[in-house]
Amino acid sequence: MRKRLVTLLLTALLVMAAWPITASAAPGGTINVYNWGQYIADGTDGSLDVIAAFEEETGIKVNYVTFDSNETMYTKLKTGGSSYDVIIPSDYMVGRLIAEDMLEPLNFDNIPNYQYVDESFRNTAYDPDNLYSVPYTWGTVGLIYNSKYVDNVTGWSSLWDPQYAGKILMFDNCRDAFAIAELRLGYSINSSDPAEYQEAANLLQQQKPYVQQYVMDQIFSKMEREEAWLAPYYAGDYLTMVEENPDLSFCLPEEGFNMFIDAMCIPKGCTNKEGAEAFINFLCDPEISGRNMDYLGYSTPISAAKEYMDPEVANDPVAYPDAETLSRGSSFLALPTESTQLMDSLWLTVKTAGGNTSFYLWSSAAVLILVVGLLTIAKIRKKRRIARRGCSRRPENP
Amino acid sequence: MKSKWLSGPYVIWMVLFTLIPLGIVFYFAFTDGAGQFTLANIQRLGAYLPILLRSAWMSIFSSILCLLIGYPVAYCMSKASPTRQKIYYMLIMLPMCLSFLLRTMAWVSLLEDTGIINNALRSLGLSPLPLIRNTGAVILGMVYNYLPFMIMPLYTVLIKIDRRLIEAAQDLGCNQVQVFTKVILPLSVPGIVSGITMVFVPAVSTFYISQKLGSPGAVLIGDVIESQFKGAYNPNLGAAMSLILMALIFLCVGLMNHFSGTDDEEGVATL
Amino acid sequence: MRRFNKIFTFLVFLFLYIPMILLVVSSFNQGTDMAVWKGFTFSQYGELFRDRSLLRLLGNSVLVAILSSLIATILGTMAALGIHAMRGRMRRIVLGVTNIPLTNPEIVTGVALALLFAFAGTMLKINSILGFWTLLIAHVTFNLPYVILSVMPKLVQMDPDLAEAAQDLGCTPFQAFTKVVIHEILPGIVSGALMAFTMSLDDFVISYFVTGSDFVTLPVEIYNYTKKPIQPKIYALFALMFGVILLLMVAMNLLQLRDLKRRRTKLTQRREPSR
Repeated sequence: MRKRLVTLLLTALLVMAAWPITASAAPGGTINVYNWGQYIADGTDGSLDVIAAFEEETGIKVNYVTFDSNETMYTKLKTGGSSYDVIIPSDYMVGRLIAEDMLEPLNFDNIPNYQYVDESFRNTAYDPDNLYSVPYTWGTVGLIYNSKYVDNVTGWSSLWDPQYAGKILMFDNCRDAFAIAELRLGYSINSSDPAEYQEAANLLQQQKPYVQQYVMDQIFSKMEREEAWLAPYYAGDYLTMVEENPDLSFCLPEEGFNMFIDAMCIPKGCTNKEGAEAFINFLCDPEISGRNMDYLGYSTPISAAKEYMDPEVANDPVAYPDAETLSRGSSFLALPTESTQLMDSLWLTVKTAGGNTSFYLWSSAAVLILVVGLLTIAKIRKKRRIARRGCSRRPENP
Repeated sequence: MKSKWLSGPYVIWMVLFTLIPLGIVFYFAFTDGAGQFTLANIQRLGAYLPILLRSAWMSIFSSILCLLIGYPVAYCMSKASPTRQKIYYMLIMLPMCLSFLLRTMAWVSLLEDTGIINNALRSLGLSPLPLIRNTGAVILGMVYNYLPFMIMPLYTVLIKIDRRLIEAAQDLGCNQVQVFTKVILPLSVPGIVSGITMVFVPAVSTFYISQKLGSPGAVLIGDVIESQFKGAYNPNLGAAMSLILMALIFLCVGLMNHFSGTDDEEGVATL
Repeated sequence: MRRFNKIFTFLVFLFLYIPMILLVVSSFNQGTDMAVWKGFTFSQYGELFRDRSLLRLLGNSVLVAILSSLIATILGTMAALGIHAMRGRMRRIVLGVTNIPLTNPEIVTGVALALLFAFAGTMLKINSILGFWTLLIAHVTFNLPYVILSVMPKLVQMDPDLAEAAQDLGCTPFQAFTKVVIHEILPGIVSGALMAFTMSLDDFVISYFVTGSDFVTLPVEIYNYTKKPIQPKIYALFALMFGVILLLMVAMNLLQLRDLKRRRTKLTQRREPSR
């Protein structure tokens, strides 16, 4: 037994000794890329392996790490202890990072492919002077519905239609959920007025009885399998879903909708800025961007890339709506911290309200009283026992 | 008494990597975003009390259910032949090695209205059942996930019970039920306590399960704390919540230890 | 009664294994949805092996799990022995501290540890301190309670006279430990080690916050798939892990069985001349 333990230890040590050797030793240096999970073509289903192609072309090794939300990425950056060279957050998070001075200005001389980026994606609201970010993807948030069961969908109000109770899905993310309510009320999705938040929360509260579940990634299987009929989600993902279930349709609501841009930035504390810029430049190459988007399904900010894409997707009005439709869209901006926190606590009230809260309070109180009673009884008995025996030790085992 | 010092390295380790981080949690709980001392986080907790209690109740219920399910299994395991025991043992451990997320997702696709079970029912001409998006489904998820943590300590305690004690009890005229209640059950108390601790404690702070299996309103305290770090970015409130949660857990575990008679003063000291 | 017990046990095992079977079956499914069967294929395994990064992440996970459970087992067993020798308030305090890593929600532990490491990093002037070592430390930390909770009941159950008897018969305290005590508490140690291994292999929240960019584990990566549905090659990976662990466990059992037999024959050989 012990011998086996020793061999196990030894092999483990050997493996560890070998580890750093395989990790380092790249001629062009190393860059750490921090991106959403499953947010780059990785060679699956015959797509282009973007990172491998980059490594081959430049000799720079990529450590590719993922996050599951803008906020976890932010927490991680804020905590420190690790350095990243390229991050790909969404618009409002870019704005926040700029405001908190957490980004390095880019050297556009090293990013010649920036010339391909469409004019409409330059000087965006979150980075008005175009100093810190280069767009990676963009897309719209619309209403996905199953035309077999649902018709006459023109706006967000369908998500409040009692007719579809139990078949409606909603974002499990307070910013996106509030945006929908705010759009219905005709407010700005970047409002920071507490009264407007309260109204939006009330509206979401009204919707709750009809909601099947608050979800994110499960939307795919639920919509494809017709577990649910109506859900707000990203246009690019609708294109993936419709391949599985042709009855699904997509609508950009009349009240307006959210348009997102995910952008590449270099955070402060990066160790290989040139390598990072080379990576950003590589992703802006029209061919790379086109083939990458073909896999992702989201829209590219580089019109020249459409040449390399599946023409059906490149001409799809869902992925690339006309300018008139797009004018109804608006994108998220960074909100003040107090507003985010207020929104989150309102969101939590929406989610938890209606439950049997008083039941839990009363039952807990009852149990507490019972426990205290039992404790005192036990104490009294013990005292008596000690008094009787003069000793509290149990007899030893024979 | 020299062996007391064997726990030296452990104590140092825990001071470094548990108590200092705990200090950080305290610091966060009593400061605001700018690092100023405040009690506001603690005061805001009242609103979250029902969620906290709900989580506690659900995990207490799951631990009891785990005990009721796990005890017969552990007993059956301990009675099997040594080779069989080994096989059972590894079969219990195996599910725990593999992704909890994927296994929960598998339950979702089993239980949904258009999931495997209901589709099967439908094809048999039966009416589908409401299997998901209720409290029962969350309890099922918890029991499924934490059952091995109950079976393991029960089993390790049960195999060590001296056969002669049971025989002696039988000789003294106990029937099977009495043997169980008077001999086996009291002797397996340390295992029960360990098992309940290992199920109850992680179950209170669990997240994800209720998001996937619960109804839209079924939010557990673990989800709320997670959202403080991921959505609202209010780590101060999150830290305050986790302190309260910790206090609640210590209270529950302490009470359990007290009533199981495993307190120090009783001589059979254990957790 | 006994038959009922057996049937019940079988049902519980079925309950534990239904989702596993579903996942393994899904790995041969052409579609992405677990609940819809679209036809048999091996292509998910092809995709899996084409993806170098996933297998590397799996390797990382296994490495951390082995090392952290090993360290935690040694440290935890020692600690349990020490705690067992303690009395009174000291004991209660140490046991209370043992529970802390269990009681804290994982995300809080993760962030707090990350802050600690980052602070240590600035003190030691290490730019990116988060990586393999911090991950290992964090895993050992949350594994320790499981080891201690598994070993303690065995120590309590052990007859305290045993070790003394061994010492009376001429053993040094160390010999008494290796010859007597360890045999008594071995099942607890083994189950603690296994539990630690599984906890470590499947942890994602704490790992997420304490890893840097050069060493990531598999569950962390899977957890980050929130925007998109899980790729079916992950099911293939799952099925593969299932198979490998099953094989390993069978092999371990066979080895142990052989060990046991050999020891028994040795024991009888040694006894015979003395009789």
